Amino acid sequence: MNRFAELLDRLAYEPARNNKLRLITDYLRATPDPERGWALAALTGALSFRHAKPALIRTLIAERTDPVLFALSYDYVGDLSETVALMWPAPARRVPSPASGGGLGRGPATAPPPDELRSSTSPASGRGEEAKAPTLTDVVETLSSLGKAELPAQLARWLDGLDETGRWALLKLVTGGLRIGVSARLAKTAAAALGEHTAQDVELVWPGLAPPYLELFAWLEGRAERPVTTDPSPFRPAMLSHAIEESDFSTLDPAEFTAEWKWDGIRVQAVSGRDEDGTRVSRLYSRTGEDISKSFPDLADALQHDGALDGELLIVRDGRVQTFNVLQQRLNRKAVTAKLIAEFPVHLRAYDLLHDGEQDLRELGFAERREKLAAFISKLNDPRIDLSPLVPFDTWDALTAARADPASAGAGEDAAAVEGVMLKRRDAPYVPGRPKGLWWKWKRDPLIVDAVLMYAQRGHGKRSSYYSDYTFGVWKSGPDGDQLTPVGKAYFGFTDEELLKIDRFVRHNTVERFGPVREVVHEPDQGLVFEVAFEGLQRSTRHKSGLAMRFPRISRLRFDKPPRDADRIETLERMLDRIEAGRATTVAPAIESPKAVVS
Amino acid sequence: MRPDQLLAPTPSGLCCKPGGFYIDPVRAVDRALITHGHSDHARPGHGSVLATQETLDMMRLRYGENFAGSTQAIRYGETVTLDGVTATFRPAGHVLGSAQIAVESGGLRIVASGDYKDAYDPTCAPFELVKCDVFITEATFGLPVFRHGDAAHEVAKLLHSVSVFPERAHLVGAYSLGKAQRVIALIRQAGYDKPIYLHGAMEKITYYYESRGIPLGPFLPVRGAAKTDLAGSIALCPPSALNDVWARRFPDPVTAFASGWMRVRARARQGGIQLPLVVSDHADWDGLTATIAATGASEVWVTHGQEDALVHWCQMRQLKARPLAIVGYGDEDEGATPADEATE
Repeated sequence: MNRFAELLDRLAYEPARNNKLRLITDYLRATPDPERGWALAALTGALSFRHAKPALIRTLIAERTDPVLFALSYDYVGDLSETVALMWPAPARRVPSPASGGGLGRGPATAPPPDELRSSTSPASGRGEEAKAPTLTDVVETLSSLGKAELPAQLARWLDGLDETGRWALLKLVTGGLRIGVSARLAKTAAAALGEHTAQDVELVWPGLAPPYLELFAWLEGRAERPVTTDPSPFRPAMLSHAIEESDFSTLDPAEFTAEWKWDGIRVQAVSGRDEDGTRVSRLYSRTGEDISKSFPDLADALQHDGALDGELLIVRDGRVQTFNVLQQRLNRKAVTAKLIAEFPVHLRAYDLLHDGEQDLRELGFAERREKLAAFISKLNDPRIDLSPLVPFDTWDALTAARADPASAGAGEDAAAVEGVMLKRRDAPYVPGRPKGLWWKWKRDPLIVDAVLMYAQRGHGKRSSYYSDYTFGVWKSGPDGDQLTPVGKAYFGFTDEELLKIDRFVRHNTVERFGPVREVVHEPDQGLVFEVAFEGLQRSTRHKSGLAMRFPRISRLRFDKPPRDADRIETLERMLDRIEAGRATTVAPAIESPKAVVS
Repeated sequence: MRPDQLLAPTPSGLCCKPGGFYIDPVRAVDRALITHGHSDHARPGHGSVLATQETLDMMRLRYGENFAGSTQAIRYGETVTLDGVTATFRPAGHVLGSAQIAVESGGLRIVASGDYKDAYDPTCAPFELVKCDVFITEATFGLPVFRHGDAAHEVAKLLHSVSVFPERAHLVGAYSLGKAQRVIALIRQAGYDKPIYLHGAMEKITYYYESRGIPLGPFLPVRGAAKTDLAGSIALCPPSALNDVWARRFPDPVTAFASGWMRVRARARQGGIQLPLVVSDHADWDGLTATIAATGASEVWVTHGQEDALVHWCQMRQLKARPLAIVGYGDEDEGATPADEATE
């Protein structure tokens, strides 16, 4: 457990994806079965046991520490699990004999003779004599069968045996608060790197596996054959698109492509089939293969087809597709209640068919799959599942016009949920990953405002010496005249060269420092204007401005523009009104010099 | 004699009126006794300075030859008498040359411990317990969440990271006087024998440690090194340099920071640290409380740091305790950039 805790500890501080991968692979390589399998389960969210409540943790620590010292400590640390992990008293241990050179100093015998200074509770003075550190395997196996009444005493015994980091990780694990920025996909990618395999390979066998994944590791390390998937509804790695650029069109023949709307929802794979006993198994997967059925039981439980559909999950009310803002209100809820389901009914707009019954269609061309998809959907006859319509066009100009005004080009009332068009080659097979030249996305032009840099924060990793996270604001009238009010934060969109320029500006124009944050001069005639591009806007009670931008990035530096000429909050409010009226794309004419979108 | 007649806090620092001297004064005074070389305790401009040879040498390195009117070196265990008051210097285990000062008069003994630690440190003499009536303790890490564990374990973490990321540089922020040399010594004890890169601000003091018989090398200066040479290396720099333009010369550095503050995750995150190393030159909570108990003191004065919790702890044990408000002492990892920490 201590070794796993050290991995979690390191991952929590490491921002870069590749470095996280290295750390996880290194751990999996150095750790024996079944310990590493349980670790992989913890990282992929595949562990399930009864979670301990914070109240239990509070009770345990209250029985062992002085209330004043605990209050002062908690106030300083700010996190319950961490405070408890740090101040948990180590169990009484033997006081080291003078000959061992322990006592006062902790370490080699050059320490002074002991004066019985350190009482027996020093954590490092004699690690693990009575209480033994549990392995992750111990913890997981015990928790799966432990009664509620036995939990407090068991937890206390484990805490006695672990060091500070181990206690922190254990408490995070048992309270279900293991947030370390690692996705299931990332953990699987790290496991794949044990052998000459890719994440796709692991993804393909994954649905048939269960922790502690002994057969997976045996295969990855070349000690056994590839595990056989018996799962009747496995995930199939998704095919992804490239963003198209202006220059690409001249090389592409419109006759070879079909177009459809790019829906602003969640990409999902809906798979259903029967297991050996004839029981139906239905699942909804995210595009990275995470099983998200539990979040959408209304759709997942309704799946009755034998096959695998690729499509967009959307909220549809009274036959009208709702915007992503509405969908977002259904996401990330702890409990999916009947009320939530009734208020935000989910719908699948299908655009591909990967499996039809037993038949794998992925080698067929898109046009052929599309015909089979249309027949499949009409046979299904489920009001919750429909076919994503094609957008007819014969020239790129015609498609440009459709993209500029989806409402008139067939999307009708659903236009507000359209975020551009998708181009698919008629003869393209379904290729996992992001193959070149087969699928293109052509997003609608982003929304753009000119905003003023207000605060800058240092980045992480490679960017730790650069001010690379920016808070920007727009003008708003207040009691003392016009003031800048923050409307968003962005940390990408600029080139490395532009980053150097902004960093230099920040360092030379700092008015105040707050830890890693610098307040940068922002006066009507002094400051730096950013052109900020973003994909959407929504109302927010958490932000001072009452607005939240979706996917904001710095699209241009406007050193030429004085801050007084930056946009006002009213501009954003008008954009929001238009979005809510389902006419977001018509905002474009109000924007100066719209750019081709590259995302 | 009452304790506060022998030693009392004043705006200039802790003052012994009958002996006519100050301990670690924060303003220039006629006669100063200095516990150790950190800049908040050892300031220039005093009439005369009494300290260990190492502390005097460090002041000279930092402030130049004329940092005081006159100086007198004293050895551990040696006693001087000043106007009838005796002062004895004992090792404090904080940094090279650091001392506790036992002040005694008329059968009353007060120990001003300065900064101290009771943990293993191969670069300085170990802390020596002095029985006393009044113990003056620091409280930098005076909360029970601060338990520093084994520094060798933290260094093992660093070396493991070097083996996982052999193409990245490991940039370790450590205070230039004391912490850096201790970390280097621990790295050497762990068997790492490649050259360690040093930030320019650390060179003088590190070579001084070597001149006092503490082997730490081999070293290479970061100054002038090519990016390709720095790949896979361990480099030490003052904490302030970690996020400075200076750090850009390193290839995709892993930023580590050796400090007792790294025990608390929020502190590490605020600093953008990727590899926190819990290595402290101050006593942790267990060290503070064990030391206080072992001195046999019936009265405890708590100086800089988290005084509240430590005073509360003493009072629970029926020890008379009070915070001693002396302005001007900081923790070397925390303060603003001192002059000698400036980048190259």
